[in-house]
Amino acid sequence: MDDLWYSEYHTPAVRFSIKVSSQLHHEKSEYQTISVFDSVEFGRFLSLDGVIMLTQKDEFIYHEMITHPAFAVNPQIRNVLVIGAGDGGVLRELARYSYPQQIEVVEIDRRVVEISKQYLPQTACGFDDPRVRLYFEDGLKFVRRRENAYDLIIVDSTDPFGPGEVLFTREFYGSCIRALTEKGILINQHESPFYKNDAKEMQHAHRCIAQVFPVSRVYQAHIPTYPSGHWLFGFASKGLEPIKDLQSDCWNNMKVATRYYNTDLHQGAFYLPNYVKELLSNG
Amino acid sequence: MEALERIRHDRLVPFDVPGHKRGKGNLELVRFLGEQCLSVDVNSMKMLDNLCHPVGVIKEAEELAAEAFGAAHAFFMVGGTTSAVQAMILASVKSGDEIILPRNVHQSVINALVLCGAAPVYINPQTDPRLGIALGMSMKDVKRTVNEHPNAKAIFVNNPTYYGICSDLKQITQIAHEKGMLVLVDEAHGTHFYFGKGMPISAMAAGADMAAVSMHKSGGSLTQSSLLLCGEKVNVHYTRQIINLTQTTSGSYLLLSSLDITRRNLALNGEEIFEKIKRFANYAREEINAIGDYYAYSAELINGDSIFGFDTTKLSVNTLRLGLAGIEVYDLLRDEYGIQIEFGDLGNILAYISVGDKNKNIERLISALYEIRRLYKKDDKDMLESNYVSPVVVTSPSTAFYAEKISLPLRECTGKVCAEFVMCYPPGIPVLAPGERITDEIISYIQYANEKGCVITGPESMDASKLNVLKGEQYG
Repeated sequence: MDDLWYSEYHTPAVRFSIKVSSQLHHEKSEYQTISVFDSVEFGRFLSLDGVIMLTQKDEFIYHEMITHPAFAVNPQIRNVLVIGAGDGGVLRELARYSYPQQIEVVEIDRRVVEISKQYLPQTACGFDDPRVRLYFEDGLKFVRRRENAYDLIIVDSTDPFGPGEVLFTREFYGSCIRALTEKGILINQHESPFYKNDAKEMQHAHRCIAQVFPVSRVYQAHIPTYPSGHWLFGFASKGLEPIKDLQSDCWNNMKVATRYYNTDLHQGAFYLPNYVKELLSNG
Repeated sequence: MEALERIRHDRLVPFDVPGHKRGKGNLELVRFLGEQCLSVDVNSMKMLDNLCHPVGVIKEAEELAAEAFGAAHAFFMVGGTTSAVQAMILASVKSGDEIILPRNVHQSVINALVLCGAAPVYINPQTDPRLGIALGMSMKDVKRTVNEHPNAKAIFVNNPTYYGICSDLKQITQIAHEKGMLVLVDEAHGTHFYFGKGMPISAMAAGADMAAVSMHKSGGSLTQSSLLLCGEKVNVHYTRQIINLTQTTSGSYLLLSSLDITRRNLALNGEEIFEKIKRFANYAREEINAIGDYYAYSAELINGDSIFGFDTTKLSVNTLRLGLAGIEVYDLLRDEYGIQIEFGDLGNILAYISVGDKNKNIERLISALYEIRRLYKKDDKDMLESNYVSPVVVTSPSTAFYAEKISLPLRECTGKVCAEFVMCYPPGIPVLAPGERITDEIISYIQYANEKGCVITGPESMDASKLNVLKGEQYG
């Protein structure tokens, strides 16, 4: 077999490589470069602009952690807005709940959805949920027209360097708080605290959210294929607290099948290492 | 541009200035600006011609520019459009001559009058009470002023104003030429009129005699590079002599080549570029007007006279109904949302849309304006509306500027005659010019602008707490 390796630069001086068995797709869409590979260790994976978005092997960690904590705090979530999520993974997790009536998805790049449906059935099955309404639009533009409309907004974006940049701005978070109901929760992927440049973006995002939301907390998960493996998520709300308001029994009674998330881990995930706490308070 | 590439390729050994010798003598500068950039920062030489006396490649490039802009001649300028405006005026009027102009001109115009000693005859521009901005000149005012001052040598026109408003340039030119007056046009914000489709008429197309065109604004060349365009009747050689009175003898080839490259880009792609900008601006206007309280104005203002045309590439937004001064919105955008716009005055903001813009940035601007309304909206009853106060001219700018003067605290200046400029910057249009009477209205305007966070420029006293006024009883 050919000795083919896919490499992603986690910093200019750190490279993360996966042995590739074949490349299935490559194209330049209007917004970004989209590639799909098969790999020996991680199964099929999707990369955007040279950055791994998900692999078959570890995507469950990311998608469970970006979806379930909000439902364990407010099990009565009815209206959900998902921004990004072109691979469908978040939708697959949302499909485990019967309470939501409407799930709106805003993805800027139509091609990501089309390619995911073609190559990534493991996550793209999420689009089959009849409650899902899909919009191909700019997320910022979509959300600024909404008021008091959602109980949950999930921002499943790319890094803040490409088309995802607008989803890390104060004007975006401001539009979100307006679009959320009184018990609304905003969950976003919050970058990594480990490498310097990622940490800067992480601090910036936290600063912007904290300026807008009365409650803004950060929780962590371990995702092997993301830079440093140490990844953060943001939990912001108008009052709901992720630990104090956790409804463990209620969530456990729903018997949602998960491989990573549980309500004990939920509490632990919000206890952060000291260096991360420092970064957040110095942001 | 080709000549510079040849020089780079030929590896000519430099024993001339600049002393950095293609960057080798200043490595830190190379690191910062790049090798490419410094390798063409060279002195005039045979192959590269001389800006002060162009006979070779600069002459060719100027001819190409003239052709692209429909002018009889074009001068490459390296001292900003300020230098082009001043050359126009110095080449057209002398000490004691009269020149007709709207009062809402850029400071460079009145600066030129200080230098040459010509006397301004102001036409007060019409103002829009809702927007608080100065408009164009009405034809009635132009005709009356021309009849009252038949000996004036020239008439000066803004095409367009900073906000995008155009006067009836063609008719003004016709009237001026009937009376033997020259028509000089400040087109600092109108480069695109020469290339875009469906734009207001450009100075050269309207038959004007000279126009100062800021290539570095909507055109996209390097800051400080500019063009002076001339019509058929202008004495080009005399104009060059005038330019050489004040222009550097070491014209930067970075600036010159940027003019040449930009001219080519505009000639080839200008129409498409400005269509895209218009689309961006129109989209942003629709979205901003849907927010409420903001008014992003456009061609609906056209009234056939003082607003004869509107430049729809400009995104000017009135903020008064929000209870916020334009300058306050300008500061919020920068400090809270990381968005730098062109300027904010007392009632308006202007976001410059250009070929370099992307959809997502326009979306950010719109969303930030939404947020500013949600978080900062105030009662709008105490807003000072007008950005324009009509001046009372006592003596000519030149006389006042060079006269004996004393410095007085701002509050004690009522009734005195100002000896210096006072401007809110940008847009850099004087509130007071030398030789104008200081009134209570003007003093409260300056205090209000200061309070709202405008930068006041011009006076010797940097914070405008004092003004230089003319000495002597006859001056109050």
